[in-house]
Amino acid sequence: MDHQLMNVLLAILQTLLFIILAPLLAGWLKRCKCYLQNRKAPSLMQPYRDLLKLTHKQPVVSKQASWLFVISPYIIFSAMVLAAAVVPLIAVDLPTAAGADVIVLVGFFAFARFFLALAGLDVGTAFGGMGSSREMTISSLAEPAMLMAIFTLTMTASTTNLSYAIAHVLGEGMVLRPSFIFALFALVLVAIAECGRIPVDNPATHLELTMIHEAMILEYSGRHLALIEWASQLKLMLYGVLIANIFFPWGIAETLTLQDLGYGLLAIVGKLALLAIVLALSETLFAKMRLFRVQEYLSFAYLLGLLGMLSHIILEASR
Amino acid sequence: MNIEQLDLYTQIILSLAGLIMLTSFIMLGQGRLLRLVFVFALQGLLLVLATALAAYSFSNHHLYISAAITLVLKVLFIPWMLRGHILKLNMHRDVEALNNKTTIMLGGASLVIFSYYVLHPILADSTIVLLNALALSLAVVLLGMLLMISHRQAIAHVVGFMSIENGLFFAAIVSTRGMPMVVELGVAFDVLVAAVLFGIFFLHISNSIDTLDVDRLNRLSEEDE
Repeated sequence: MDHQLMNVLLAILQTLLFIILAPLLAGWLKRCKCYLQNRKAPSLMQPYRDLLKLTHKQPVVSKQASWLFVISPYIIFSAMVLAAAVVPLIAVDLPTAAGADVIVLVGFFAFARFFLALAGLDVGTAFGGMGSSREMTISSLAEPAMLMAIFTLTMTASTTNLSYAIAHVLGEGMVLRPSFIFALFALVLVAIAECGRIPVDNPATHLELTMIHEAMILEYSGRHLALIEWASQLKLMLYGVLIANIFFPWGIAETLTLQDLGYGLLAIVGKLALLAIVLALSETLFAKMRLFRVQEYLSFAYLLGLLGMLSHIILEASR
Repeated sequence: MNIEQLDLYTQIILSLAGLIMLTSFIMLGQGRLLRLVFVFALQGLLLVLATALAAYSFSNHHLYISAAITLVLKVLFIPWMLRGHILKLNMHRDVEALNNKTTIMLGGASLVIFSYYVLHPILADSTIVLLNALALSLAVVLLGMLLMISHRQAIAHVVGFMSIENGLFFAAIVSTRGMPMVVELGVAFDVLVAAVLFGIFFLHISNSIDTLDVDRLNRLSEEDE
């Protein structure tokens, strides 16, 4: 009983760690980008300061907005927190991760996105509706690609539970799988599209012609905006952790001793820092696509996921 | 037999086979000629790695020579030559609008399934690596053909042709542990001569119709008159 209680506590601690580290990752990403673009970088703590500043401000809500507009930030943030509870960060086999599988995770993402799009539509501004329609277009194409990539993993581990699947990959040791190469590429492409990073969307500008995420949250201010910003930072970190822990799971704690957990924390921080450097590099190198080319990009991601699944079934499964 | 029970060599060969197929797909969707040539060089590099690995693992030393020939020809010389043609004919700024890219890509995916379907009964009692690598090389050959069908620029056709040759070469490496040296030298020189001849053809086509878009060749027929 005592043991179980500790596991639950650890799971809560891990989720809290997720929530606390997410703005740090965003700050680090911004810093890398600034270095690459010869700009002076803001401090790593800047995202925290921004969030704090926003929570102190009074939120302004339009008269036309309904209750949906006001509760949406809370729903989106809680959906992301729940999603964070499902993804193993520093240890596998925690009770929250064992309770929900990867399809639930995709469900949380879809749920948050649904409310974000509703909130964008709710105030009735031109930009809000435009952003919502663009977001739904992109996500309807990105979701199958993501599921395809994740099914490759789950078929390899023959479980849809993320925690067990990671433990399975870890247990096999060093195995080169062609299917994982494809799934990795597919998941990276989907992550870039879903988090609104540069070839698809640019989160740093408010350019009317191209904005997607920003268009939906244009009407938000104060603590509502803070919650939504935090949720999108969490989403970025969730995708980063998914990529890092599924495909490079080494270092994650398998036993719940203090030493292993410490190593797990160090490992994931290192992996995320590296991943952020790669992302910053790609954002500096590539230009933003036209909106109507996004479907080509996402169909390529889907194709990669499909090829990953095919390589798993054909190349790797026993005959 | 599952993949985790195979040795590291087999795993690397399978992964390289997968990556070679991936480069074929990237070429299929590429509208810019310089990038197309770059990806082609990348495919050649993967082929060189596979050959060198096969040479090391079978301790078959003449395969090192074919790896070196492939490196010089398909990674350095032919891409360099094609690049020169593209720059000279001032085609590096053109983006070829592929009609219906998604359909072409999914067609490519079905070609992969098709090549497995075809090869599965033939090689039912061979080793897993042989079956997979052969199926993937057949897929690379078919994807090269699809590249030639779907693109309109003559340079893309040449790249498709060369990648068909890449697929055949890979099949030879994994299935028979390398062709005899004489055959390989002959093929290498054939490819070299083909590349030079293509260069001459490019000049002639672009001199006479002022573009390398092969759809425009139809205008020479009498239907237009």
